[in-house]
Amino acid sequence: MGVSISVEHLNAWYGTTHTLQDINVNLPANHATALIGPSGCGKSTFVRCLNRMHETNPIARATGVVKMGDIDIYKDAQPVQIRRRVGMVFQRPNPFPTMSIYDNVASGLKLNGFRNRTVLDETVERSLKSAALWEEVKDDLKKKSGASLSGGQQQRMCIARALAVDPEVLLMDEPASALDPVSTSKIEDLIFQLKSQYTIVIVTHNMQQAARVAENTGFFLNGKMVEFDSTHKIFTNPKDKRTEDYITGRFG
Amino acid sequence: MSTNPLHVSPPARDNGALPPSAKRASTWASLNSVRRYLVNQLVTVLAVMSTVVVIVPLVAILVYLIYMGASSLNLAFFTHIPAPVGETGGGMANAMVGSGVILGVASLLGIPVGIGAGVYLAEFGRGSLLAAAIRFTADVLNGVPSIVMGIAAWVLLVKGRGFSALAGGVALAIMMVPTITRTTEEMLATVPHAIREAALGLGVPKWRTVLSVSLKTASPGIITGCMLAFARVAGETAPLLFTAFGNQFWSFKLTEPIAALPLQIYAYAISPYDEWHRLAWAGSLVLIAMIMVAVTLVRIYASRGVLKGAS
Repeated sequence: MGVSISVEHLNAWYGTTHTLQDINVNLPANHATALIGPSGCGKSTFVRCLNRMHETNPIARATGVVKMGDIDIYKDAQPVQIRRRVGMVFQRPNPFPTMSIYDNVASGLKLNGFRNRTVLDETVERSLKSAALWEEVKDDLKKKSGASLSGGQQQRMCIARALAVDPEVLLMDEPASALDPVSTSKIEDLIFQLKSQYTIVIVTHNMQQAARVAENTGFFLNGKMVEFDSTHKIFTNPKDKRTEDYITGRFG
Repeated sequence: MSTNPLHVSPPARDNGALPPSAKRASTWASLNSVRRYLVNQLVTVLAVMSTVVVIVPLVAILVYLIYMGASSLNLAFFTHIPAPVGETGGGMANAMVGSGVILGVASLLGIPVGIGAGVYLAEFGRGSLLAAAIRFTADVLNGVPSIVMGIAAWVLLVKGRGFSALAGGVALAIMMVPTITRTTEEMLATVPHAIREAALGLGVPKWRTVLSVSLKTASPGIITGCMLAFARVAGETAPLLFTAFGNQFWSFKLTEPIAALPLQIYAYAISPYDEWHRLAWAGSLVLIAMIMVAVTLVRIYASRGVLKGAS
């Protein structure tokens, strides 16, 4: 089941650039939240702060409180523990090229030392089914490399890989921006189904996509979260002038 | 005019209104295509000729080696130790085993150290002063003549202790390290950052990501680097003169002088006897064949289990 995320006074830097400035927001459990805003506004950095991937860059740093349920992820846990509870899907599909489809999906478990064959088999099948890819790949699981799939299939495999470690939160950083419209709609259907079981945060440049999949939407601009509200409200009756300018395409 | 909104007629062209540059471009278009064709042909021919220039000496050496060496190859060559001066016959069995021992020691020491240093440079020491120092040292070490390496190994390992197979192996290992280190670093640098992020994002610890993802993805290139380093030191003579020294008899101890093919070839080639010259040719042929077999075996072993569509 998903877990709610509360963010208090989150600040993040890349070197001397202050990329995120005092973010405060509550993301409800088992809902999808969309993050919109122009390029370089801090959406991706925000998402990467939620699973402590931000700090893998040696010049990056973050301060503030991020709570998943009762756990303060910056105080009470190691980064690797957090990342096992928070799945991440990246902008470009990033399969492990040397691994089979099976090993790609099982990688989160296998690379963390999990060896039980039966459980692995079950997990791989369940994850691929959740990611709506099982029917397309079930005959080539161990024969084909993950990199041999099409872009859309690769991305669904990456989603399956993230689901296989049984996370509570799923972070998606523009998961469909490198895909064609058919694959995009498959991914969107998937998000729609998955949000009953996971807390989903999705960064997108596609405002229709935000409207289609997310209950809540946050608008970022220049490192600040300008507005956060129900998606319906953001798109029909935003409070802030800048949000309105952005969603109507009048942004300079 | 069509009323179909999808039908957009192209803007009308008025050649008289074209800017001067556009006019010039159209005048040159046909000439350009001829020129491009000729340049393309020229470059293709040059590339083919360079390939021939590279291949011909290699093939020539191999053919000449077979021509000169094959006739002296017999069973005794592979099973006997060198015959005493004045006697005919004899072989290089001890030198072949000796080369195997020395190269085994060198690979066992040089490959892990080289890969380890390369991993540090690529994955952990990015931009650090220590990494810059290691990189610089490796590049300098790569350029050091092998005879100097031999003298260094003599000072460090042989002086006061006596010649030994171990010293020979260490000398060759030191020669292997820089090549392997730099290749490993370069191959790891070609592994896309996105793949590392994928592993880290799954909660895989960094050390495990390096071992199971970065190194595994880069392994074909790293293996090639190791094979190049191996092939290079397999034929080295100078460092062994000061370390393994050579031996006319069987020796299996790491602490004693041991025979090696390059040493035996060298000793026979500068001798005044025709019989020994022929054996030197045969030894050279066997040395090259051994390197080729070793490289091929590793390649076959490494390519096993590669999946369909793996990049």
